[in-house]
Amino acid sequence: MRPLGDTSLTRRRFLAASAAGLGAAALSACGSSDDGKGSGSTTIEWWNITTTQPAKKIWAARAREFEAKNPGVKVKIVTLENEAYKSKMTALTASGKLPDIYHTWGGGVLEQQIDAGLVEDLTSKIAPWSGGFVPASVSAYQFESKTYAVPFDIGAVGFWYNKALFTRAGITTPPTTWAGYLDAVKKLKAAGITPIGLAGKEKWPGMYYWAYLAMRTAGLDAMRKAADSKDFTGPGFVQAGEHLKDLVGLQPFQTGFLGAGYSTPGGQAASVGNGKAAMELMGQWAPSVEASSGKGLGKNLGFFSFPTVDGGAGKLTEVFGGGGGHAVRKGAPQAAVDFLKFFADTEFDKKLVKETGLIPVVKAAGTALVDPNLKAVSTAINESTGFQLYLDQAYAPAVGQEINDSVAALMGGTKSPEAVAKSITQVAKSQ
Amino acid sequence: MTSTPVHIREEPADAAPHAPTGGGPGRPAGRRIRDWLTAFAFTVPALVLFGALVLLPILFALYASLFNWGGFNMPSDFTGLGNFTKLIKDPVFLGDLWRGFLLIAFSIVVQLPFALAMAVMLNQKLRGRAVYRMLFFAPYVLSEVITGVLFSMIFAPDEGLADRLLGKIGLDGVGGLWFADPHTVLPTLFLVMTWKYFGFHMMLYLAGLQGIPPELHEAARIDGAGAWQRFRHITLPLLGPTVRISVFLAVIGAIQLFDLVWIITAGGPDHASETLAISMFQYGFKRYQVGYGMAISVAIFLISLAFALLYQRFVMRRDTEGALTTMRGAAR
Repeated sequence: MRPLGDTSLTRRRFLAASAAGLGAAALSACGSSDDGKGSGSTTIEWWNITTTQPAKKIWAARAREFEAKNPGVKVKIVTLENEAYKSKMTALTASGKLPDIYHTWGGGVLEQQIDAGLVEDLTSKIAPWSGGFVPASVSAYQFESKTYAVPFDIGAVGFWYNKALFTRAGITTPPTTWAGYLDAVKKLKAAGITPIGLAGKEKWPGMYYWAYLAMRTAGLDAMRKAADSKDFTGPGFVQAGEHLKDLVGLQPFQTGFLGAGYSTPGGQAASVGNGKAAMELMGQWAPSVEASSGKGLGKNLGFFSFPTVDGGAGKLTEVFGGGGGHAVRKGAPQAAVDFLKFFADTEFDKKLVKETGLIPVVKAAGTALVDPNLKAVSTAINESTGFQLYLDQAYAPAVGQEINDSVAALMGGTKSPEAVAKSITQVAKSQ
Repeated sequence: MTSTPVHIREEPADAAPHAPTGGGPGRPAGRRIRDWLTAFAFTVPALVLFGALVLLPILFALYASLFNWGGFNMPSDFTGLGNFTKLIKDPVFLGDLWRGFLLIAFSIVVQLPFALAMAVMLNQKLRGRAVYRMLFFAPYVLSEVITGVLFSMIFAPDEGLADRLLGKIGLDGVGGLWFADPHTVLPTLFLVMTWKYFGFHMMLYLAGLQGIPPELHEAARIDGAGAWQRFRHITLPLLGPTVRISVFLAVIGAIQLFDLVWIITAGGPDHASETLAISMFQYGFKRYQVGYGMAISVAIFLISLAFALLYQRFVMRRDTEGALTTMRGAAR
């Protein structure tokens, strides 16, 4: 008995010791930094999700440059993978202690953090230098005319189309109205071409159609109000579903679209990239995914904005998209804001555009953009008169998923436009 | 797996230890206490782990399923049985139950008889039967994710191997959308499940078959019994315990089916292939309606528990009699 008791004791001690060690490491990882103030040196902690090269290297180099120019300031970088970051941040938000500078997508999640009193209002602090931003790139971080984050990335969704296939079907200019769009789809079908590639399995690409149609029929204001009142049963939302039903009725998608993935072999991007389908509704990343999962369309690839709907409240210049920005913890040292200014410098944004393929958020950095596809998206964003953030980021996760789910059911023919609006409202109200 | 469940009942009744070994009546009391202490020292860590990793989560799921809870902080918005009343009206959940039933029925009526037939065939003296056994068992070893990716490619509409092959042999119209059509997704999925899991059941049956004394077959043959009669009256009855275990495993597997479906269809198109476990995941980790997801997990738990208890009570009674209480045969 004696030896047994002894070993178990030492093992327990060992376990306890290592558990304490792990705990301490975890704590120090989320530790704050203002304790450095007194000794004349400040450490600011910067959490981001830039895990890919060369961006990661360039970002780190920027932090070192900032340290060199500001003696006594240290920038501690914590880089996490996307999903890990999301779950870590929800835990940190719950505990009430956020990093000094952290990545945000804006929308509902940022609003939650603001409501909890955890985020610094940057409106006046960045006022002297925030005039240079593309307005749409900041809009996801603005609530009640206050700004809570500084953007570094922006993107938008639109139709990516195959010019050669459009010409073959006798379509000379991309449609600007929904009626014209349906006509174009009919012409493509008549010419024996699959009009649209769609990843039905993944649901979110289908949601883009409903979201854009809701923006065009109900309008941005109605979407904002619906989010606040949790009521999506207004006529504009039902109409959006009806217009989508009209499109689905034409059977415009590739064979077996209900089982298709987005970037998988034979999926949505591949079908467009290989010239099997004439277009897709997708974000600014579409050209690169088309080229990596298919052959890519090269010069044949074109971009046009989502058409308007006759009698609808929305305009052609209102875009749907999202990006990335940096928010600052309430009570973070001034150096955090200084660093964001340093990071938003025009020359540095040009470098990011050139070397990491971002779309410029600083107007003056636009000259650095040479890729014609990204230029088209950038132009749409720069000229936009309104901006709607991706619905799954703008709304609570359950509402976003219900929209995806209901719209997928509408496209599969099992839900009516009214039922879609009703289900979304039901889930929103239960939140 | 050198032994078979057939042998369980052959163990003598008093072979099983009721208390820690050495604790017989003739021993001094001090020794007995020390033996109990030893048993205590060995079982407590396991019990603590079992409690912390199995019992506590189950109890917590029961508790959290009574709340409208987003998964962060502690649950506070108490709804009583609200999640459960919502659950029994949820068409997706009811559909999950129906699809689960279909998968179980398919398994028992098609997959297991097929596995048994293969096992009987591969139990004969056959040139290269070890190779066949290995080949048929190989899919079971393959990971679910690889299987999923593989079959999504094979059953890709128009361009996949399945449709191409059917086209080549002149059966153009026979192939279809497979996973992409709500009407064909479940049968196609079942085909993949059979391919993946029948080898496992075949192995169980093979092991069982090897435990049947050849003398019985010889005697029956001398008495003039045909192949079918021998199968019906010797093989099948003696394989009973193995069949009952294999049905049990197939049913529990069907109730908990997740990874294969998640990779291939993610439950689509339009919930046509969604299972209980997928609904649970969707609500818990996609929608962050964790309370509702917990309610689904409680439903899965209750269904599995009810099935396991009833099945053991009524179907496996003869196999498990004594074995569960005294661990008879566990050493074999």
